[in-house]
Amino acid sequence: MTSVQLEVLLQTLISGLLLGGLYALIGIGMTLIMGVMKIINLAHGELMMVAMYIAYVLFSSFHIDPYLSILIAAPALFGLGVLLQKYLINPVLKVEAIIPENQVILTVGIGMVLANIATIIFSSDYKTTPVEYATKAWYLSDYWRESPIELSLSMPWSVSFCVALVITASLWFFLTKTDMGKSIRATAQDKDAALLMGVNVERMRVFTFGLGSALVGSAGCLFIPIYYLYPDLGGQFTLIAFVITILGGLGSTVGAIVGGLILGVFESLTATYAGMGWAPVGRFMIFVAALIFVPGGIMSLFKKRRLGK
Amino acid sequence: MLEIRNIDVFYGDVQVIWDVAFEVKKGEIVALIGANGAGKSTTLKTISGIVRPRKGEVIFDGAPIHTIEPYKLIEKGLALCPEARRLFVEMTVEENLDMGSLKGEAKKQRQKTKEMVFELFPRLGERRRQLAGTLSGGEQQMVAIGRGLMSLPKLLMFDEPSLGLAPILVREVFNVIKRIREAGTTVLIVEQNTKQTLAVADRAYVLETGKITLQGTGQGLLNDEHVKKAYLGV
Ligand SMILES: Nc1ncnc2c1ncn2[C@@H]1O[C@H](COP(=O)(O)OP(=O)(O)OP(=O)(O)O)[C@@H](O)[C@H]1O
Ligand SMILES: [Mg+2]
Repeated sequence: MTSVQLEVLLQTLISGLLLGGLYALIGIGMTLIMGVMKIINLAHGELMMVAMYIAYVLFSSFHIDPYLSILIAAPALFGLGVLLQKYLINPVLKVEAIIPENQVILTVGIGMVLANIATIIFSSDYKTTPVEYATKAWYLSDYWRESPIELSLSMPWSVSFCVALVITASLWFFLTKTDMGKSIRATAQDKDAALLMGVNVERMRVFTFGLGSALVGSAGCLFIPIYYLYPDLGGQFTLIAFVITILGGLGSTVGAIVGGLILGVFESLTATYAGMGWAPVGRFMIFVAALIFVPGGIMSLFKKRRLGK
Repeated sequence: MLEIRNIDVFYGDVQVIWDVAFEVKKGEIVALIGANGAGKSTTLKTISGIVRPRKGEVIFDGAPIHTIEPYKLIEKGLALCPEARRLFVEMTVEENLDMGSLKGEAKKQRQKTKEMVFELFPRLGERRRQLAGTLSGGEQQMVAIGRGLMSLPKLLMFDEPSLGLAPILVREVFNVIKRIREAGTTVLIVEQNTKQTLAVADRAYVLETGKITLQGTGQGLLNDEHVKKAYLGV
């Protein structure tokens, strides 16, 4: 391998990991909702799109930095998630319908409505938040003059990655160290047993949908400095979240992190070595491969050994 | 302490409990025995609010509880160790115990109660960071009982605590139940292990296809001809 080839490979892996960190955040939101409510939220990407428009408006009208807009967009998305769950999804979950998957269809509908509302308000034009640090980067040669290869680290990508890391770590702390977090996990594992322990399961569901929405909303704010925005962008991210959830094993948070990183790296590799346009194909291949070879998700491989099953 | 007043319970259109009435007095160990499918678990689920009676009332500490939200019961001092244990398998032993003490006084006393549970079951103390799903059946039952105790219940209900345990562990479980009562908790136990259950129970009721057909003291039922034939195999 020549040093140029090595450079390309390392650079690809770096951007893959950075992308994967953001994917992980999107996937965790989906997987939490999946775990507690046993439904696949196919409006997940559209919720992210809503958060991105919030960040966009805050930036273009009030010059609020997209990273800071998390503080507004995440609570707003939490509220939106709570409302959707309480007044749309929960009532539908309660009726016995002819189609058992009617809640899933409902989330598809919610996603379509959100995308349409965005088109009406913002038109289908591409929007960006041109922050002045958009193209800033750190170069390896600035720090190590004799370095045989050159690598760069984009500043907004790195910041986004680090913020995603902080959010994920806080979430982990919340889920493992607080009673509320434990109650959420308990509800996901056995909702009747959680009820017996005094957990208000109904409230946990509403809260979890809000939390999952807030997480994907934060991911939106982290994406917008490095991405562009249009009303139909949600579908693509719903698919990404779905792939990560399948890859990680439905409902597993750690699985979603691993799944997000794998998908990010894989997409980055296909983009470099097969061409940009092949990334969605790569995504689909991973999806099919995951369904065939690890139907229980990556975490099931470890679990089998742990639970001795 | 607990009074079941003539309840009828249905799953959909199918009635499984018919006009069942019994009571548990403070400080007692009361047993509910019966064959598979008799409706024992359904009775306990009705008391815990997971299923609702179509007719009748459940009175706990003088107030009706069949109308309130099930998650509020544990705070009132009513806890259930459910059938098949129902642990949170992806959580550690300690986290499972924490889940038993989410509310009020139980939460304040959490550390103290936990130490007490670890004294009662030293195995659990050693394995406090192990995932509940990786424990042996006996150890899982200990966690289930410990989790029930963590809520500092006035009345602790057990649904087949001896299920799937080796004879020596079964004896241990019954000893623990006796100790729990001695420590001041009232016990309602559902079992198929009729002989040992009747031996520890102050009073017992026999449930047959959703109806109470016999009642008496534990000793009395042990000597009852019908019980002997149908449940003790003699
Ligand atoms: N969720 C349910 N839906 C429909 N029928 C049910 C349900 N749960 C229990 N039943 C039925 O109700 C009857 C009583 O069941 P229950 O579980 O209370 O019996 P049990 O006395 O606890 O039996 P076992 O000793 O086998 O645990 C059975 O005929 C069972 O098939
Ligand atoms: Mg039963």
